[in-house]
Amino acid sequence: MIRFLLNRVAGMVVVLFLVCLFTFVIFFVLSPDPAVQVCGKNCTTEAIDQIRANLGLDRPFWTQFWTFLSGLFAGRTYGTGANAVECAAPCLGYSFQSSQPVTDMIVQRLPVSATVAIGAAVLWLLAGVTAGLVSAVREGRFADRFIAGLTLTGMSIPNYVLALALQFLLVVTLRWLPFPHAVPFGEDPVQWFMNFLMPWIVLAIGAAAVYTRLTRANVIETLQENYVRTARAKGLGPGLVWRRHALRPALTPIVTIFGMDFASLLGGALITETVFGLNGIGKLAADSITKNDQPVIMGVTLLAAFLVVVGNMVVDLLYTAIDPRVRVGSAT
Amino acid sequence: MTFTPTELEVEGAQGGEAARDNAPPSPPASGRRLARAFLKDRAALACSVYILLVLLMALAAPLIVKLSGWGPYEFDQSAVDPDMAGLPLGAAGGMGAEHWFGVEPGSGRDIFARIVYGARVSMTIALSATVLTSVLGVVFGLTAGYFGGKVDMVVSRVMEFLMAFPALIFMIAVLSALPAENRQFLLVGVISFFGWPYLARIVRGQTMSLKEREFVEAAKASGASSGQIIFKEILPNLASTIIVMTTLAVPGYVGTEAGLSFLGVGVVPPTPSWGQMIASSVPWYAVDPAYFLIPGACLFLLVLSFTVLGDRIRRLAETGGARA
Repeated sequence: MIRFLLNRVAGMVVVLFLVCLFTFVIFFVLSPDPAVQVCGKNCTTEAIDQIRANLGLDRPFWTQFWTFLSGLFAGRTYGTGANAVECAAPCLGYSFQSSQPVTDMIVQRLPVSATVAIGAAVLWLLAGVTAGLVSAVREGRFADRFIAGLTLTGMSIPNYVLALALQFLLVVTLRWLPFPHAVPFGEDPVQWFMNFLMPWIVLAIGAAAVYTRLTRANVIETLQENYVRTARAKGLGPGLVWRRHALRPALTPIVTIFGMDFASLLGGALITETVFGLNGIGKLAADSITKNDQPVIMGVTLLAAFLVVVGNMVVDLLYTAIDPRVRVGSAT
Repeated sequence: MTFTPTELEVEGAQGGEAARDNAPPSPPASGRRLARAFLKDRAALACSVYILLVLLMALAAPLIVKLSGWGPYEFDQSAVDPDMAGLPLGAAGGMGAEHWFGVEPGSGRDIFARIVYGARVSMTIALSATVLTSVLGVVFGLTAGYFGGKVDMVVSRVMEFLMAFPALIFMIAVLSALPAENRQFLLVGVISFFGWPYLARIVRGQTMSLKEREFVEAAKASGASSGQIIFKEILPNLASTIIVMTTLAVPGYVGTEAGLSFLGVGVVPPTPSWGQMIASSVPWYAVDPAYFLIPGACLFLLVLSFTVLGDRIRRLAETGGARA
């Protein structure tokens, strides 16, 4: 078990290191000179040189990468002498646009993204697993075929189309929901809920469709297993067969993809947050892309990668806890 | 992997589903029986018709636009109301005999022409990405599965690494950092770069089980070279898997292209693409719903058609046409 853990952690560190390197290469080698962008219009050569020195852009690639990496863990100092700026521990640099520390910008937006992700996750898990179970139980009948049609639709509708259509229908035409605007939970819980309802639905529908299909396939497969037949043959009632023998193995694969989906949603709901004007990390990413604000894009990318990698690992650990079969010989 | 949970996630899940039925492919069914089962399936037929229609539209775009009378880049200021911030004149976004699907608010460009040309862009990108992904996936999957050992280890590690990446965010990051020229090639490249492991993983698994089968052993015993075994014995047996996986991948790529264009890192305006048309309709959704409904519906139907078709083909491949 300890060997397995160490193995996983080592793998995670390698992936994260490569992610850092990859992002760094993309932004500091491929893209146009950041110094010119910081400087803006009416820029002199001296000013550019000054900025390059401040940002450390005049040094060789590996030195720059090392400074960036150590900045993540120990913080770094920009500039020298009286102009020096201290950037604390998880230092991701400063935004080219607002000069705010990127770390702060991300931390400020995390609660909104978390709210969006958690609400959507609850919704899609409930809807997906329930619909999947219903389809599996009524395999081949009307309910199953109806749900199959719904899942195909849900999987195919691009979420920005759904977002616009919902907003047009519920807000503009029917006026059931208020125009989306930020309301803190403490101020007015009802308004807060109404405000997040549409983003939750939009994000949940596609995933719910996938989870429905997965649950259905898994449950049907499990019900055909020998041990389920044995359990039935020895006279267990259907309820007990389901609870003791069928559900657990059928639902473990759901845990795997759930961890990954949730992690990637935290940093990646770009479209939904943009369309609904929610000030989360996704919108931060989308905005910084339009403004070509490299440190921010890089920070969000790293965060998203970090979340996905950590999510993968948590899932692996959970998996060994839920599914005893994985425990032996898992240290591959 | 998410920003549109429908896209890569779906693909990933399908990969998982398909990976589970790693059983050797069922005995080859006769092509005619498959075709008959397929023709009886009305949903599959309707989907194929829609896809063919879009393809035809994409191929014959200049001709169609000549018929409808307006090009995709022509401004028609007479179709919009300058007093209403450029809102199209007439009902339903200015639909009528002159502009079949109405016009864009502001510029007055013909939406029908832009849909037709947008189909061209979207289909070209999605299909090229599918072809490139399939080639990469099959080549790497086959090599890793057939040769095993170190080759397999290296390819598997690379695949794991790419799949652990938050692909969509990285696509956006890469595309936003790269210069905007030749965006269409970049899009295809970036989509394929992150997409091939999903197919390669399955091809690898099947190759590993196929190479232990008797007919491969027999070929080996009769002195066939590795190349002959791969191309004559293993590849034909992978055909159904590859067809199913690629059909299921197309909707993902149509959606990805549209999503990236929606976010402004895809196809560069004024070249129309469906995703980018929807993006530019966002500020107008409340006053001119037709502007987002038309490209939205076209895109939705295209993705749906490919998804349903892929689903049906998979079922046909699994059951050999016995049950349609």
